[in-house]
Amino acid sequence: MPKIVRIIPRLDIKGPNLVKGIHLEGLRVLGRPESFARHYYENGADEIIYIDVVASLYERNSLKDIISRTAREAFIPITVGGGLRTLSDIREALRAGADKVSLNTAAIRNPLIVREAARMFGSSTIVLSIEAIRHSDGRYFAYTDNGREFSGQEALAWARRAEELGAGEILLTSIDREGTGAGFDIELTRLISEAVSIPVVACGGAGGPCDIADVITEGKADAVAIASVLHYEYIDNANMREPAGVEGNTEFLKSNKGFSKIKHSGLMEIKGLLASKGIECRI
Amino acid sequence: MQDMTASINRPKVAIVDFGLGNLFSVKLACETAGLDHEITNDRRVIERSDAMILPGVGAFGEAMATLESHGLVTCIMDFIASGRAFLGICLGMQLLMSESEEFGRHKGIGFIDGRVVRFNNLNGEELVKVPQIGWNRIFSEGQRWEETHLNGIPDGAYMYFVHSYYAIPSDPRNVLSVTDYGGRRYCSGVSKDNVTAFQFHPEKSGVQGIKIYTNWALNIKRQMEAI
Repeated sequence: MPKIVRIIPRLDIKGPNLVKGIHLEGLRVLGRPESFARHYYENGADEIIYIDVVASLYERNSLKDIISRTAREAFIPITVGGGLRTLSDIREALRAGADKVSLNTAAIRNPLIVREAARMFGSSTIVLSIEAIRHSDGRYFAYTDNGREFSGQEALAWARRAEELGAGEILLTSIDREGTGAGFDIELTRLISEAVSIPVVACGGAGGPCDIADVITEGKADAVAIASVLHYEYIDNANMREPAGVEGNTEFLKSNKGFSKIKHSGLMEIKGLLASKGIECRI
Repeated sequence: MQDMTASINRPKVAIVDFGLGNLFSVKLACETAGLDHEITNDRRVIERSDAMILPGVGAFGEAMATLESHGLVTCIMDFIASGRAFLGICLGMQLLMSESEEFGRHKGIGFIDGRVVRFNNLNGEELVKVPQIGWNRIFSEGQRWEETHLNGIPDGAYMYFVHSYYAIPSDPRNVLSVTDYGGRRYCSGVSKDNVTAFQFHPEKSGVQGIKIYTNWALNIKRQMEAI
């Protein structure tokens, strides 16, 4: 019986804005996250992931507002990550309307928080986020702080440990591929997905619908998180080159340029292609 | 203080609070369906409500212990016996069964005869991911949904699931919907008298899921008018 895969828009947030970088760096402002989220919900998104990429304590309230506004309009699961350090941070995110939280730095620093959080909020609420970089010897290691801090943890061992500790799911990002459109790191995804019995969400590198199909069939991903492919397609069609009220590095939006490596595609187009390849997803 | 004028004639739903989970979306789904709600574990509040939702995340044994510590097991049985509408969601469906084998053996509320077991990690040679997290289809398997809260939901509609355990009701007449996962067909919805419960999360299942809440709300309003 084939599995049913999820296609999950990933929205990186900085303050009130949706942003997108390459290798998690060099952030460009794309617009208001809620508008993107609503558009994705209406067009068949299976879940939404919000990551606070700056994780500044001073901007927490704007993240909570974004979560609450999205939860009011989109009746699909919302995962929130970035800068959640304590059980009370998790509780606050859930109260604001998140269904799941993703932990990276906090779990690396204190793995037992995964167990405590799973016990307190249920395993299925706790997503372990692994941001991996491939080393020259072929091994993958987990990083924190947008790929700047080496954790010393090998991604494979860390994924297994997190499963034992009670994580319900793994959000697996290839920093090498993130934002490049060069395709997912299929080897990494398959390595982790076959090593654990909890679902693995592949993230980082989608350049178009075919890459998404590949990471499912060859990489054994249970779900796929995508950003640029969807965001640029929405920007193309929504004619929002000068969005009202968006501050920050907006030069990119005004320039009307996309990324040549990335095929801008909507959710329906992606799911249509998957269906044509015999991959089941909700349409 | 609640604004009483706003709630005249609007059914009031008690949403049972286990002190853990995210009830935000259950609350919003009620609002969307035109239901007033109160998140509570106070049996006096529950007793005077028009309808009741038993949600639930976390482990079966702990959830039963929480219900018992607030005197809610008998409260739930009395509420069901009164004929008022009762909706169970996810663990809230499993808790209605006689027993579960999640982390040992635990007695449930027992309104529906049957037990709760875990998905197998293997289907033959194939690795099955547990928990099941994601969208899956619900089928009527011969049940007539027209007279139920699934009225208008297409046979085979996708709903959002998050669970490692599933219920096996002893009486097939209590099975409202079935779903396939890990090589087996299992019960994803039950109904018995005024009680309906789903293994999936209607409040996370998009437009079709919200329709279930709307159907349920309509049913409550009819029930209130009939009294």
